[in-house]
Amino acid sequence: MAEEIKVDLELNLKGLLCPLPMVRVSQNIKNVPVGGIIKATATDPGSLADIPSWAKSTGNEILKSERIGPEIIFYIKRIK
Amino acid sequence: MVEEKKKKVSMVIFSGDMDKLMAAFIIATGAAASNMEVIMFFTFWGLRALKKKVSTGKSLFGRMLGLMYGGDINRATPSKMSFGGIGRWMFKKMMKAKNVSSLPELRQMALDLGVKMYGCQMSMEVMEIPRETLIDQVTDSVGVGFFIEQAQESNFTMFI
Repeated sequence: MAEEIKVDLELNLKGLLCPLPMVRVSQNIKNVPVGGIIKATATDPGSLADIPSWAKSTGNEILKSERIGPEIIFYIKRIK
Repeated sequence: MVEEKKKKVSMVIFSGDMDKLMAAFIIATGAAASNMEVIMFFTFWGLRALKKKVSTGKSLFGRMLGLMYGGDINRATPSKMSFGGIGRWMFKKMMKAKNVSSLPELRQMALDLGVKMYGCQMSMEVMEIPRETLIDQVTDSVGVGFFIEQAQESNFTMFI
């Protein structure tokens, strides 16, 4: 049974292209508490590489990412 | 919590071409979103990216320059396929269709994310583009000494 991830904030990034998906994530990470989780749904294939790189350079964590059709869904945990 | 020292990037923006300015602002916003301190130093043709929509120039040559290469960021044309403005129109349409931010939007986003923008004092003198004709958000007009100091403290630098 898959573990449920408790989401604090959902972000719709569909249709946005570089650099907007990562800019929106970086702006919104401040809106969840440390330890909080953002569920971000993008459609830009570039975000598959960009969002994990962003997480690495800002010290946050991608708990899970999945592709459902054209949608790319990230579960991002605020670490600091 | 101990405040970590931010990583930093310093960029020289020499070009006033639409496509190169796009690349510059995308990198700047990306770096700022990645929690970096970003310094953009606009020199020569790049100054267009900071200009207001006003005429510039005092001397004959200065006014000529203002006429032939005047206007604000919206007047920037692509470095290839410019076709006297048709290229700019085409790219703007294509970018809009793909939901890509326009140049002024990208610049505003960069400013909102805390990117610092500086004008090159020397180019401003030579091209007769006074401080009042640049947008208010410009931090300062400075010289190469300032840029070198910033570049030395940076994790990487760029020239566009």
